[in-house]
Amino acid sequence: MAVSQPYVSVRGMSFSRGDRLIYNNMDVDFPRGKVTAIMGPSGTGKTTLLRLIGGQLLPDSGTIMVDGHNVPTLPRKELFDLRRKKMGMLFQTGALFTDLNVFDNVAFPLRIHTDLPESMIRDLVLMKLEAVGLRGARHLSPAELSGGMARRVALARSIAMDPEIIMYDEPFTGLDPISMGMIVKLIRGLNEALGLTSLLVSHDVEESCAIADYLCLLSDGRVIGFGTPEELMNEGNAEVRQFLRGEPDGPVPFHYPADDYRRDILAGVN
Amino acid sequence: MLAKLLNKLQAVGRSGTEAIEAIGRATLLLKNSLFWGGPGSAGFYDLLTQIYSVGVRSLIIIIVAGFFVGMVLGLQGYNILIDFGSEAALGTMVSLTLLRELGPVVTALLFAGRAGSALTAEIGLMKATEQLSAMEMMGVDPFKRVITPRLWAGIISMPILALLFSAVGIWGGAFVAVDMLGIDDGAYWGNMQSSVEFYEDVVKGIIKSVAFGVVVTWIAVYQGYDSVPTSEGIGKATTQTVVISSLAVLGLDFVLTAVMLGGV
Ligand SMILES: Nc1ncnc2c1ncn2[C@@H]1O[C@H](COP(=O)(O)OP(=O)(O)O)[C@@H](O)[C@H]1O
Ligand SMILES: [Mg+2]
Repeated sequence: MAVSQPYVSVRGMSFSRGDRLIYNNMDVDFPRGKVTAIMGPSGTGKTTLLRLIGGQLLPDSGTIMVDGHNVPTLPRKELFDLRRKKMGMLFQTGALFTDLNVFDNVAFPLRIHTDLPESMIRDLVLMKLEAVGLRGARHLSPAELSGGMARRVALARSIAMDPEIIMYDEPFTGLDPISMGMIVKLIRGLNEALGLTSLLVSHDVEESCAIADYLCLLSDGRVIGFGTPEELMNEGNAEVRQFLRGEPDGPVPFHYPADDYRRDILAGVN
Repeated sequence: MLAKLLNKLQAVGRSGTEAIEAIGRATLLLKNSLFWGGPGSAGFYDLLTQIYSVGVRSLIIIIVAGFFVGMVLGLQGYNILIDFGSEAALGTMVSLTLLRELGPVVTALLFAGRAGSALTAEIGLMKATEQLSAMEMMGVDPFKRVITPRLWAGIISMPILALLFSAVGIWGGAFVAVDMLGIDDGAYWGNMQSSVEFYEDVVKGIIKSVAFGVVVTWIAVYQGYDSVPTSEGIGKATTQTVVISSLAVLGLDFVLTAVMLGGV
């Protein structure tokens, strides 16, 4: 794991929901200025990890350092400052404000957080919209956008304040191949143009391998593999390879734990 | 048998602790959103927008309902009072009933159905579509941005709507009494004027309606914010808002009336 100067550094972090332990004493580093894809089966806690890094959930124990700040212990005001200055998050559905049109959605953080004159805000918003190719769609309302367009607008909004890290929660899910290609290109392009640290939650192996510098594989609350796509494809353990190659059965069983099949069938009703 | 009993007891205990937890969460929400100022706090313009959507949009239903309630009061009151030969007191009866009781209470019930449910659904939907989370990640506090202006819009709108309800109701009563039943309009308005007291009747009614405004709006925003973020959850939260705030208004009305009359 050749990771120097991580932007996000998680140490000894545990988190549970009710009785269920989602993370157990987890350590992981996300390198600065790189795209890291966080992968793993549904329900492992990938979204949860992003929310923990963003301070929306508090771990039971452990530290989560984001650019030198321990997120779980930050006072409320400083947490909001950290998010405003450094973080961007792209939600799976886009999470656009339904009562504002495309332009106003992108302008929202600028209008709240800056005292810029409206003419400057207009220029900034048009620049961000141009970057995602939707300058012409500025007057549309969120209801008039396709899934892919909504996600691109949301992307423009999350880069409006020039964050240092941007977290994408399943940005490819439910998109047609063309929209997916656009998002892939945008994520990679933003990372290169702005030097962003990017965390990308996805279970799309092919797309993730194509744009990620590193892959981080999660299963059962721990990191089962971390490295470049090539490293993991070739050298990862059996579990890692099963996931990356999409084999239905292997160390991760196809069957949910159950009684013996024969006995179960013969037992009949009752 | 014993096991069944224990299960029942446990269930009772569980719903008890759940209710207490909910009250705790609601209190925390009130503490976080009652005061203005904070990351990305809403401004005066947002308050006006919310007063428009919470208050102004409830105007029609309040005015129409107030007029009908006033007309019914006029009819019923006339039929009761005429047996005692005191139909000249009709104006007093209609106005006191409205200002002290029906104005604040019926307005609050209508307000819960019209504005409260809409608030719950709106906030619930914002939660379900992750708009609130998105705000948080932009460094904007959803309590201050979304909840605070809605809470205050409700608290400000309720007493105004209640006064309007009473005013229209008194006018509706006059319409029935004077124009239809032929009571002398000098008697209707004159007796009303001489017997209605500003502090005892009008101000106490306003105090009630402010209290109802707080309760209904608080329950509405809490139900939205605390809803299970699915379409089913939002539907349930909306119903809860109407049911809980209606009961809370009626219960609180008894308490406030008892305290204000100094009786019990
Ligand atoms: N609000 C919640 N309340 C209770 N459990 C939750 C909640 N959100 C997620 N979970 C549970 O936490 C686990 C991890 O969820 P999540 O992080 O969304 O998984 P992923 O994004 O990897 O699919 C899941 O088992 C899910 O059921
Ligand atoms: Mg998820």
